[in-house]
Formats: sequence, C-alpha cells, structure tokens
Amino acid sequence: MTDQTNHFRRVVILWFIASAILTPIVVLVLAPGMPPGNGTVQSSGQVADNTVLLGLSTPIALVVLVYLGYALWAFRERDLTGPVRDGVPIRGHAAIQTWWLVISTVLVLFLAGFGTVELLKDGAGGGQGPNPLAVPSTPKGDPPLQVQVIAQQWEFDYRYPAYGGVETNQLEIPTHTVVEFHVTSLDVIHSFWAYQLGVKADANPGIDNIAYVTTKAPLKFEVHCAELCGVWHGYMYNSGAVVPKAQFVSWVKQQEQELAPATKSLPPYAKQYFPAPTRRSG
Amino acid sequence: MSTVAVAGPARAPAWRRLMGFNVVTGIILGIGGWFLGYFIGTRINAPSLAYYSAEAGENDIAIMLGYLFGVMGFLIGLGFANYPISRMLGRPPTLAEHESEGEGIGRYFRLCTDHKVVAIQYLCGIGLFFFVGGVNAMFIRTELLQPNVHVFGPNQYLTLVGMHGTMMMGMMTSGILGPFANWVVPPMIGARRMAFPRVESFTFWLLMAAGVILITTIFFGGFQTGWTGYQPLGDQGTAGYDAYIGFFALVGVSMTLLGLNLAVTIITMRAPGMTWSRLPIFCWSVLATAGLMFLAAPMLVATLLMAAMDRTAQTAFFIASSGGSAYLFQNLFWVFGHPEVYIVAIPGFGIVLELLPVFARKPLWGYRLAVAGMLGVALLSFFVWQHHLFVSGIDADLRPFYMLSTELISLPTGFTFLCAMGTLWRGRVRFTVPMLFCMAWAFNFLFGGISGVLLSDVPSDVTTHGSFFVMAHFHYTIMGGLVFTFFAAIYFWGPKMFGFKFNERLAKIHFWGMFLAFNSTFAPLFALGFLGMARRVVTYPTNLQPLNDWVSASAFVLGLSMLVFLVNVVYSFVFKREPAEANPWHSKSVEWQLPTPVPVHDFDTMPVFGPDPYPYGVEPAATPALKAAPAGGGA
Repeated sequence: MTDQTNHFRRVVILWFIASAILTPIVVLVLAPGMPPGNGTVQSSGQVADNTVLLGLSTPIALVVLVYLGYALWAFRERDLTGPVRDGVPIRGHAAIQTWWLVISTVLVLFLAGFGTVELLKDGAGGGQGPNPLAVPSTPKGDPPLQVQVIAQQWEFDYRYPAYGGVETNQLEIPTHTVVEFHVTSLDVIHSFWAYQLGVKADANPGIDNIAYVTTKAPLKFEVHCAELCGVWHGYMYNSGAVVPKAQFVSWVKQQEQELAPATKSLPPYAKQYFPAPTRRSG
Repeated sequence: MSTVAVAGPARAPAWRRLMGFNVVTGIILGIGGWFLGYFIGTRINAPSLAYYSAEAGENDIAIMLGYLFGVMGFLIGLGFANYPISRMLGRPPTLAEHESEGEGIGRYFRLCTDHKVVAIQYLCGIGLFFFVGGVNAMFIRTELLQPNVHVFGPNQYLTLVGMHGTMMMGMMTSGILGPFANWVVPPMIGARRMAFPRVESFTFWLLMAAGVILITTIFFGGFQTGWTGYQPLGDQGTAGYDAYIGFFALVGVSMTLLGLNLAVTIITMRAPGMTWSRLPIFCWSVLATAGLMFLAAPMLVATLLMAAMDRTAQTAFFIASSGGSAYLFQNLFWVFGHPEVYIVAIPGFGIVLELLPVFARKPLWGYRLAVAGMLGVALLSFFVWQHHLFVSGIDADLRPFYMLSTELISLPTGFTFLCAMGTLWRGRVRFTVPMLFCMAWAFNFLFGGISGVLLSDVPSDVTTHGSFFVMAHFHYTIMGGLVFTFFAAIYFWGPKMFGFKFNERLAKIHFWGMFLAFNSTFAPLFALGFLGMARRVVTYPTNLQPLNDWVSASAFVLGLSMLVFLVNVVYSFVFKREPAEANPWHSKSVEWQLPTPVPVHDFDTMPVFGPDPYPYGVEPAATPALKAAPAGGGA
C-alpha cells in the first residue's frame, strides 16, 4: 500500500499553528508574571531570562508533542485483528538528521552565549565566590554597600562593616543601591536565598561567597535557607526589607548604638570565621 | 551440543536443604559478623579513643566494622568464598553444577551463575527496595499535607527524605541494568552467559546487603543529609550516617562490578556475526551506561571512604577549620553524581529505541545517530558536574563553561528523540502496554529536558537552584524516564522472563493511573519551586498549602497505581497463570526466538545474525534464526 498523504506538510502546518498560538501566550502572558518578580535589577534580569528560555522552549517542545500526537494518530495500526504487518523500512534521512543537528547546535550555542551575557552583566544575583567576576556598575561610582550574611544552625545574622561591624538578626538594605552580600557560615553549608531580591548564595564555612543585588523601590522580601543544613533546616527563614535610604541610615545607626555592647564581645569583622567546629568525633 | 543438567541425588529433607550455602546461612553469618565487628570495634576504641562513645553515646568505629564484617559474613554464607578458597587449595577451576543449574525455587536464594536467575533476583530484590523507597515518598507527602501540623518530627522527616532519595538513587541505578541487561544482553549478542557469572551474582547479593544496611539507619537515629550526604553536615550526623556511608559505598562497588561485567560481556562475548553495527540499540545503551558505571562509581566509593575516615580515624578531608574543604566533598560527589543520573537515564533511551521498532513494525530510524546520542550523553556527562555548584561560590569563572557543557547535553539527548520520532514515521503503531510506557517516556522526558535547560542557564538557575523546581526536574527525568521505561521493560520482557502473561486490563489501568498521577504530582512542583519552596523542608509558607495538598493527593494516587501493578503480578502469576506465547509481540529480536520457558543454556545451537538487527518490513529470511549454522559459517 502506498500512502500518498503528505504527512510532513501536515505536521509542519499543525506545529506552526500550535506555536503561533502558544508561544505568544507563554511570552506575553505567562512569563512576565513569573517569579522572582521585578523587585530588583537582578530579579528582573532573571524574569527576562526565563521569558527568553520559555519562549524558545515552547516551539521546540511543540515539535515533539505535535509530531508524536500526529504520528500516533496517523500511523496507528487500524486493523488489529488481522495478521501483523510491517511498516515501510525507512532507516534514516540524511538531510533531516543534518538539519536537526545544525539547528539544535545553533540553539544551544545561542542559549549558552545569551546566558553568559546575562550572567556577566550583573551577576544575576548568584553567589560568585571570593573573587567575583560580574560586578554590577554603581551609579556615580560609589562603592557598593557591604552586608555580611552569617549563616549558622539555624539562623541568619547580618553584619554591616561600614557601621562598626554591628551584627543584627534583621536585614534591611537601602533602595537604589548596589548591595554586596558576603555570605559565610559558621558550621555546615547553608544557602542564603533572598527570594524577591533574586539572590542565592551558598554559605560555606571558611569561605567568603559574594553576591550582588541592585535594589529598586522599597520591597519586603523573604529569606530562606536553600541548602539542607540539619534538623531545623525547614524553619531557617526570616524576612527583610528594602527601605528608603534615609530610613535605612537611621535604622542602622540606631542598631549600631543599641547593640554596641554586644558588638564589643564579637570577634572583629572578618571575611570568614573559624570557630571551634561542631564535630561529633572531637 | 546441548548441555543437559545431570539429575541430582534424591531430595533431602527441608531442614537439610536449608543448610549449606544459601541466603539463610548468609543471614546467620551476616548477623554473627555484625556482632563480631561491633565487638572488635569497641575493643579498638576502648583506651585511647574513649571520647567517641562518651560524646555521642555511639561508636562509629564499632558500627562501621560491624557493617564490614556483617557483609563479609553474609557473602561467605552465600558461598562467595568457596571458589577462591578451592583455587587456593590448588583445585581446578570449575563452575560447580549447583551454582549454574538446578531446578526449583531454591536457586533464587543462592549464589546462582545463570544470568536469567540473577536477572529475576535483581528484579525482585530491587522491586522490594523500590517499594520501601516508595513508601517513604508516601510518608514524605503525608508530612507535607500541613505546614504546621507534623505527622513526623523534623528528624524523622529528614531521615525519610534521605532514605527515599538514597534508596532510589542507589538501587534504581541498577534498576534496568540489573534485571533486564543481565537477562537480555547475553541472548541478544549470542552468548550463553555473562563474562563473569560469579561476579554477576556477587553484584546482586552485595546490593541486597547494602539495602539492609540503609534500613538499619532507623536504629541509629537516621541521617539528616539527604541523598547527597554533604559534609560537614554528615560529619555532625549521628551513627545513622554510617549506614548511609555503608550503603552507598557498597552500591558503588556493586555498580562498578556490574558495569565492568556488562562491558566486558558486550565487548568480548559477541557471537560470530554480531558485529558492532549489528548490535541491538539496547546493548549500545547498556555499554554506554556500563562505561559510566565503572568510571564514575569508584569516585563515590573513594569519597565515602574519606568521609568514613573523617568520622572514625580523625582525618579532616572535608573539615574546613582543620585544613580540609567542604567543596572537596561536593566536587567529588557530583563528579560521580552527574554521570550517575545518566546511568539512570541512558538505559531508558535504550529500552524506548529497542521497543519502538517492535511496536511501530519498522527498523530503528537513524541507528548510527542513536548510538552517537548515547555515547555522546555518556561522554558529556563527565563535564557538567559543577552546575550543581552554580551558586556555591566556587570558581565563578567556570560557570559559563559548565553552562555550555550542560546545554550541549541536549544535543545527543535530542538525537534519541529524533530517532524515536523517525521510527514512528509511516509505521504501523500498536498501542500495547509497553508501547504506552515508551510514549509516556517521550512526554515526561521532554518536560524533564526542557526544565533542565532552564536550570542550566545560570541567571535562571539562581532562583530555581535548590528549590522544588529542581526536584520536579529530576523526578521528570528519573521517574518519568527510568521508572516508566522500567515498567515498559517488565511488561515487554516479563512474559519471556517468567513464562506468564500479564493481565492486560490491569496493566492498562496501571499505566493510565501512573501516567496521569505522575504528571499531576510533579508538574505542580515546578510551580512550587518558582514560588519559593526550598527542597527538603518540613514546613512551608501557608499560602503554598493548596498546591502541596494537591501534590500529596496525586502522590497517593500514584502510590495506588503501583499497587495495581502488584495486584496484577499476584493475579497473573499466582491465580491465573496463563502461559505466555514464545513471541507475543512478533518481535524479530533474537531473545524472542527462544522457546518459553527458556532453557538453562539459552541456545542449543548458536543463532545466526543477519546484517540487520531490525529486519521489519523486509524479507522474512532476514530474521535472526535459531537454526543450525550452515556449514559455510554465519551470515
């Protein structure tokens, strides 16, 4: 039996229609509302990144889905009671294989290049280790505000080296500022995840892991630990706020004064701390 | 030249048959070995290192030695020491009859060198631990029904999470290679056995010992590290973490040997005429996976040995304040761990591409591309591990490289999809149960793969890293990829392996229940990850409760669908017992040309392999035939 139907053309048309409908929905409706929102420059960057990735993925996924849907319908065996008959012995198609390889290579190289550009622009909020590669530019060349995040079982504390090294358990940062988080740990590995800021950086004992965020308008955000750190890992969260600059300065000065006695008994500010390790075996 | 089992002496009474080298003796010697090891450990510990037990109330040295001696006792009891000892006594090398042949149920509880018996041992043994891991998952979802009402405490919860992950990642790595590669590869390549039959049995019994060790963690306080076992958290852990080390190290040894055995078998035991270009695609996937196994798993064993030494011998490989590095553990673990996830994925590719020609009634489309895809994935998987450390603060300069290498893996994975799609083209597709599972693989793995592209992109990964998004991603690839193809393989090869038919109606209920519940369980997890739910948490923000409840309810349905499978097994094998036809799928592959039940030595005469492993739609003469080779030689 020879089948004269042009299945290939049908699949292409179906795929084109499906992509034309679904891709705009994904790009224009679904993606912009996606987390982590537009609270900071870095989180906006992540949303833009997700939009591009999802916009590209939609037609690619539809190639497989539309094809499978069509093939399973069009090429199903209609006569299930008769003798088992074989299909046409096609063993490959050089042009299709080559084009598949070329197109997927181009897509992958584009994605890798795009991701690299996006990453190097402002660090995308990720932890970069002690020697950051992607430093966001600050307006007027001001140095970024340094905030140290000290993780331990099972809480986050924050030190402000520019304000006498005061250590608090509340996190406030000013609006329209580049903030440089120095994330470290006193015991096991934690991960500092300031969700709405679009910041995530692992806290390792003895390591100074730097992550940047460029704040925009005032914002409330949640902080979670994103790396399993022991029994109370699920409860290791608190919240923070991006507040106007003047409010931030008055808050941090007040903290500095109130906590001055405590600050005196703290070890001096350092990039990392080596307390006695909590080892079970000595 | 048929080999006929020599009739044994008259059957001894039951108590006498339980004596000797079998699993009962193994368990008795294993328990004895545990106490011996534990006793020695406490003696070593006594004078100078007293603070071990004083501080934590536990003695890691004693527990570790207990596991070591227990496993040795178990293996000796099974008879693994007999052959080396007889060789040391100068006796000639033999495959003793009681090891390779014999009748009845007893050989499933012994060291048996028949690859078909080992395969069924694997299937049942792994199935048992898969069930344990699955029950753990049900408990996890029960706990997550409510953010603030706890069924389990946080410690129990984390132990459940760790046991679920470790059990699945440890056991299911051999989930397809153990049962199906051991069964199918020898007949597919025209061999009567594996290259190292005793090693084949050894890998299975070692895995069983490992599984029991992991379960003993509940007697020692569990472990709080998840399946990744990160240091220095693991170093803090109670003695339950020793069980994690013992389990995974033994699994690593088992995987290494299984991989070597399969690779050597495929390379050296192919029958005349079975050239590389005629090798069935499933054998290629096994070869790629086997290579990953014996190259990656030793890294795991070494890493865990170092962790064990940190806990017992006062070294500090992973303790930053004593000069070690927590990054070292993460790096070593993922150098193993990323190939590991492809060890889990590639056999699934092989099964799909092996089954599609049978059910589309067409030759495999793009054979060379499919082979390149599998070998490409295997090779690339060694160069991507640091994407697990994108925000860890290590080597920020290398992130673009790992982003590229990770995204490159989608090229060879895409080959597999293209070959699967091409094979369907103008076929005559029959929607049998194995075929349905293969199509579910395509659907699930597609979403697993695309979510992987989002994770490979560093800026996008910053939010999703370590969140439920990752969890959804790897369940889509591993459960959607491996477990669905695992069931495809059971329904496909099961009738040949066991000699009985499955009830098709129950099988279809199982499939649709599993497929729908699987997607209903794991698709919302992508959303939960995006909404900020970190992995392995015992509580979560209250606004996420509706989604979590939906996921839990779906997970319970998923668990029920697995019970449908068990019901089917019991119904079809115990109550109905309808003998399977020799070739119910009209496959043209060699293993289906064997009679059912399969004779002990598989072939009486060697098969003749034609130039085409998938001769569908061509002359019937091209089907590999189990006829005597013509005098002039093979094909």
